[in-house]
Amino acid sequence: MRRPPRDTEESARGISRRALFMGGAQLAFMAVLGARMQHLQVDQAEEFRLLAEDNRIRYDLIPPARGLIFDRNGKPIAQNEQTHRVVIKAEDVEDVDATFDKLRRLIPLADEDIEKARLEMRRAAPGTSVTVADRLSWHDLAEVAVNGPALPGVSPEVGLSRVYPNFGDFAHVVGYVGPVSDYYLSKIEDPDPLLLTPRFQIGRVGVEAKLDNTLRGAAGNKRVEVNARGRVMRELDRREGTAGENLQLTIDADVQNFVQARLAGESASAVVMDVRTGDLVAIGSAPSFDPNKFVRGISQTDYDELTEDIFRPLANKSVQGLYPPGSTFKMVTALAAIEAGVITAGETVYCPGHKEVGGRRFHCWKRSGHGWIDLHDSLKQSCDVYYYELAERAGIERISAMAKKLGLGTRFDIPMSAVAQGLAPTKDWKKRRHKQDWVVGDSLNASIGQGFVLTSPLHLAVMTARLASGEGIHPRLVKSVDGIEQPIVSDGPLGLGPTTMVQVRKAMYAVSNHQGGTAYGSRIIADGMRMAGKTGTSQVRSVVVRNEDVPWEQRDHALFVGFAPFDDPKYAVSVVVEHGGGGAKAAAPVARDIMLNALYETVPPLEAYPSGQRGIIKKRFEALPIGRPTGSEPSSDRA
Amino acid sequence: MSFLEYNLKTVPTGVSKVFYLNWAIILLLIAISGVGFLMLYSVAGGDVSRWAEPQMKRFAVGMALMFIVAMVPVYVWRNTAVLAYGMSIVLLVLVEFFGATGMGAQRWIDLGFMRLQPSELTKITLVMLLAAYYDWLDIKKTSHLIWVIIPVLVILLPTLLVLRQPDLGTAILLVSGGGLLMFAAGVHWLYFAGVIGSGVGLISAVFTSRGTPWQLLQDYQYRRIDTFLNPDSDPLGAGYHITQSKIALGSGGWTGRGFMQGTQSRLNFLPEKHTDFIFTTLAEEFGFIGAFSLLTLYGLLLVFCIISALQNKDRFSSLLILGIGATFFLFFAVNMSMVMGLAPVVGVPLPLVSYGGSAMLVLLGAFGLVQSAHVHRPRGKV
Repeated sequence: MRRPPRDTEESARGISRRALFMGGAQLAFMAVLGARMQHLQVDQAEEFRLLAEDNRIRYDLIPPARGLIFDRNGKPIAQNEQTHRVVIKAEDVEDVDATFDKLRRLIPLADEDIEKARLEMRRAAPGTSVTVADRLSWHDLAEVAVNGPALPGVSPEVGLSRVYPNFGDFAHVVGYVGPVSDYYLSKIEDPDPLLLTPRFQIGRVGVEAKLDNTLRGAAGNKRVEVNARGRVMRELDRREGTAGENLQLTIDADVQNFVQARLAGESASAVVMDVRTGDLVAIGSAPSFDPNKFVRGISQTDYDELTEDIFRPLANKSVQGLYPPGSTFKMVTALAAIEAGVITAGETVYCPGHKEVGGRRFHCWKRSGHGWIDLHDSLKQSCDVYYYELAERAGIERISAMAKKLGLGTRFDIPMSAVAQGLAPTKDWKKRRHKQDWVVGDSLNASIGQGFVLTSPLHLAVMTARLASGEGIHPRLVKSVDGIEQPIVSDGPLGLGPTTMVQVRKAMYAVSNHQGGTAYGSRIIADGMRMAGKTGTSQVRSVVVRNEDVPWEQRDHALFVGFAPFDDPKYAVSVVVEHGGGGAKAAAPVARDIMLNALYETVPPLEAYPSGQRGIIKKRFEALPIGRPTGSEPSSDRA
Repeated sequence: MSFLEYNLKTVPTGVSKVFYLNWAIILLLIAISGVGFLMLYSVAGGDVSRWAEPQMKRFAVGMALMFIVAMVPVYVWRNTAVLAYGMSIVLLVLVEFFGATGMGAQRWIDLGFMRLQPSELTKITLVMLLAAYYDWLDIKKTSHLIWVIIPVLVILLPTLLVLRQPDLGTAILLVSGGGLLMFAAGVHWLYFAGVIGSGVGLISAVFTSRGTPWQLLQDYQYRRIDTFLNPDSDPLGAGYHITQSKIALGSGGWTGRGFMQGTQSRLNFLPEKHTDFIFTTLAEEFGFIGAFSLLTLYGLLLVFCIISALQNKDRFSSLLILGIGATFFLFFAVNMSMVMGLAPVVGVPLPLVSYGGSAMLVLLGAFGLVQSAHVHRPRGKV
């Protein structure tokens, strides 16, 4: 739209008038600012300079106490311990060399510590102090305090440091704290000033890292009177920070300890989950390591030892490790087929020992075949051909959907590091990922938990819990935060036919209670404690040879999933023993011990075991490092 | 519209626009930011990487942004003013829901490569929209009640959103910045008398609401006002900031203690020494001469903006330049007043000197608008 020129001129005149007025007012205000400056800096300079010389009051941060972590019964998992340390403030030190020389005579100091402190002193922001020695005895601290006047810039301090009383038991779940890295700082726009405090520790791994904001708390501050050299003379007042919130986990420290002890010596992992609440009662991953070493700053040799170990102690196999589920996946295939109506539980399929599809021969593990076989026996004896047939009839999409329904291929929201999503493959997925079409053979492989299907022990425990309860329960790791109970998450009933569920559960019961079941050797005979389960063996290589004939890293993974008591399920358990060989032999006995420990809440009584096995079991329990936290000792007994 | 009267022979086009930029303003921006780098280097105790280096990088990006904005014809900015304002309102609403909490207040949105403070952006988009509004509005209607209420609502909407965060400093800047622009546009004197009157009313409302369920400000903001009114009452409590800041300033004297020699800021007597209170370090280390020089640089920048606005016959352009100049003025005036104990501590950074990415980018972007208005001003007879 066009305005007549006169209008523009009138506008310009108006604006000019107002602009000149405004500019004048602004400059006038600036004159006031200048006058104020002159008043403060010139007229009152003497007065303020005196005040500045006299300015003895400094503003110091008080780091908050980090929230504590407890197990479900209130046993401590992560605590704070008072430590005595000596800190040094670079700008207050007159002669650095002399100071270190004097300090060396008072307290134990290695050359290494001094070098580290010197480096940190050069890099520290002004006004912040650097820790020279940590974890000193009270006596050493007193020595430094007494000699304070001779050591300008050096001051003794009492601080809090994290300790993990259970050593390796919770290394993978709770993780550990460590110093703030430069990389981490560079990711935050306006970091909490606490993070800039040298040697302030934040969660690096596991619950400590994922719930760091909850655990950290807020810094308080204190105003202290200092002398001209910056030495604190007295504290004037303090505003305490807010301590971090305490966490209570769903884990039972005793069960966790038993799990870690039972898994020791293997590269293995186990998860115990409450089938009704989803509470994770134990999440074991072996071998483990001592998180306290990381808190104190792990030595290179110790670290190398952990990274070079082929059992990968640093990996959290329970949620991060992905394995083909093997035959433990067969419940998924069975439910998918029955729900789709392509087979009934009573219908039999003939197993000649193999199945031909598209010119390829898919073998059953039993070369001679199982003959005519129905759902019950196919699970009990883990017939492969039966599931090949089901896969061909139901198709991968239904199997994949059922797997998702049971919790596979899902990234669960639990505060642990690197929680894996797993994979329930579909045709689309293969197209996207491998740029290839799905073939029937892929479905056949998937039907017995081989091929593309990938699950973590956590997935398997969730699947088993859902099979046992019929509810879409989610795993829960944090029971309460500062006393506030965390919600139980569930997708509600799975909506599967009740008869079908009962048939599948009964077949799982047969696996570990009926003669001829693959896990019959690992049965529980105590009444009311009976366990239903499923073994699995997931192939690492394609050529069929005896596990004993190949090196450890080429042997099959052994798996077992189960729930108990059968009549009124309480816990679901999953066990994966990496390269352990067959599931029945390597995983099922472990799962039984863990399950009994969880149910009895103590070392299981021998009466729960079949009489013929009690001798061996007794010996095994006597050898277990129960009660003694695992992790610090090197794993022995390598396969 | 005056743009239709563009004389293509006199309005620069293409790369030659660079020669028509207001280089005085650019040099002043560089000088002021340079003071900022020096001070950030000093507060970090001689560490470049801590604050100075990131600030320099942001300055470089901001300068590039300024040149890009300057090259775009100013009518584009006028035509997109409504869109820009709308976007910043949407972003403000977003921080309410998705913003990460920093220092107790929800103020930024994580864009991945940087954290954007929509409240900073709003200071400029509000000026753009108001300038466009008064450019569109028939001059005769400027002072009609209905046409005055509209811009008032336009100012109040983001102000209320910002107050919710809560960010009192930005709220004050938005209201005063918008008000100054309305004044420049020629709204009748009486309205301003009215606003100042109701401002007094609001202040009394703020005080009477204290302790009641409908309390208008946060407790800490009340405490800051209290201690502003009487800092000596609680020198170790909430009055600490102001007392310490005055001591640091005053001890600088005529010539200061010398670069990197300031004891007050170095000994950690003051928190936020690299952001809102950075002026104290300058005043302590370079004394009255240094502090006054910075004030002079700011003053010169303001004067060049006003001259540029006076030369500009396009209503949108001159209002835009005046508005941005006024916003810039408010930034340093409020910050310096607060540091020198003339105003309560409200959390307004010293423009281009305090550490902070959003403010730096937004301000340089705003000066890009000033340059665009300057380069594309109508020339010759209108």
